Amino acid sequence: MNAIQIELNGRPHPADATYTLADLVAKLGLAGKSLAISINREVVKRGDWPTRRIEAADRIEIVHAIGGG
Amino acid sequence: MNLNDLPAGADTDHQLTVAGKTYNSKLLVGTGKYKDFQETRDAVVASDTDIVTVTVRRVNIGQHQNEPNLLDFVPPGEFTILPNTGGCYNAADAVYTLQMAREMLGGHSLCKLEVLGDEKTLFPNMPETLKAAETLIKDGFDVMVYCSDDPIQAKMLEDMGCVAIMPLASLIGSGMGILNPWNLSLIIEQTQVPVIVDAGVGTASDAAIAMELGCDGVLMNTAIAKANDPIRMALAMRDAVRAGRNAYLAGRMPKRFAASPSSPMAGLMT
Repeated sequence: MNAIQIELNGRPHPADATYTLADLVAKLGLAGKSLAISINREVVKRGDWPTRRIEAADRIEIVHAIGGG
Repeated sequence: MNLNDLPAGADTDHQLTVAGKTYNSKLLVGTGKYKDFQETRDAVVASDTDIVTVTVRRVNIGQHQNEPNLLDFVPPGEFTILPNTGGCYNAADAVYTLQMAREMLGGHSLCKLEVLGDEKTLFPNMPETLKAAETLIKDGFDVMVYCSDDPIQAKMLEDMGCVAIMPLASLIGSGMGILNPWNLSLIIEQTQVPVIVDAGVGTASDAAIAMELGCDGVLMNTAIAKANDPIRMALAMRDAVRAGRNAYLAGRMPKRFAASPSSPMAGLMT
């Protein structure tokens, strides 16, 4: 375990330096949903989620589709 | 009486072709402001549209993880999902939003760009819109662009490579209808890619008027979602867009300042 702090959707969030993005998505209960994720405003492709590690102070955004015109 | 007895071609040309792909309706609808996802779906189905706009927002972390998702109700397999940049006030935010949307939708390149100018009018910020359009087109997006009804800037967007020009008819969500048909006509006349009236339609007659001007399509959200009965209004919009298209293709009679009897005078019994 190597506890770190990230910023997730604009708020501080605890994480672990061993986590990949796929781990984070699973921990959040979001696996299998239609999402997109960026780290520090850079889009991370879904195929890279299992290998992309999270680092301290990363600004991560997870988005989904909602109603809009 | 049988409609199949009509001459061939009498009721054709209700499709819309954007970026090389043909859709079965000239109506595009938004998914905002509905009571719930079921009502959204029912209205979308009633409108008979193929293209549905959505917006992209942060997931609420730690909440409602089992709540249904909009895309479960309007699935990408059934509709073409058109992600928009609603709420973006500069080019950088709009580009980032659409890059996220493309990833979310598995690489799908068709998008609706809107860069807003201020919260009161939601009028487009055209310099930022032009900047964002250029970046997105270089990045491989097929950009359908919400814009002012200024023919000069509409032409700039077309020349840049936007796949549809989408001028407002009046302010977003205002339901004020077609306020400047003359500018829209200028844009329609000069534009080679589809022109889609985006924003301002309030009721079915507005949609018909837009189509009678010769538009290639109409995009609306609030007019359906905020009607007392959205599903019935979606049906009305479906019919209005078809009616307006048929009226445009039929070519209206000239206006005249005197009456002209529809029944012949010859043989009148006096």
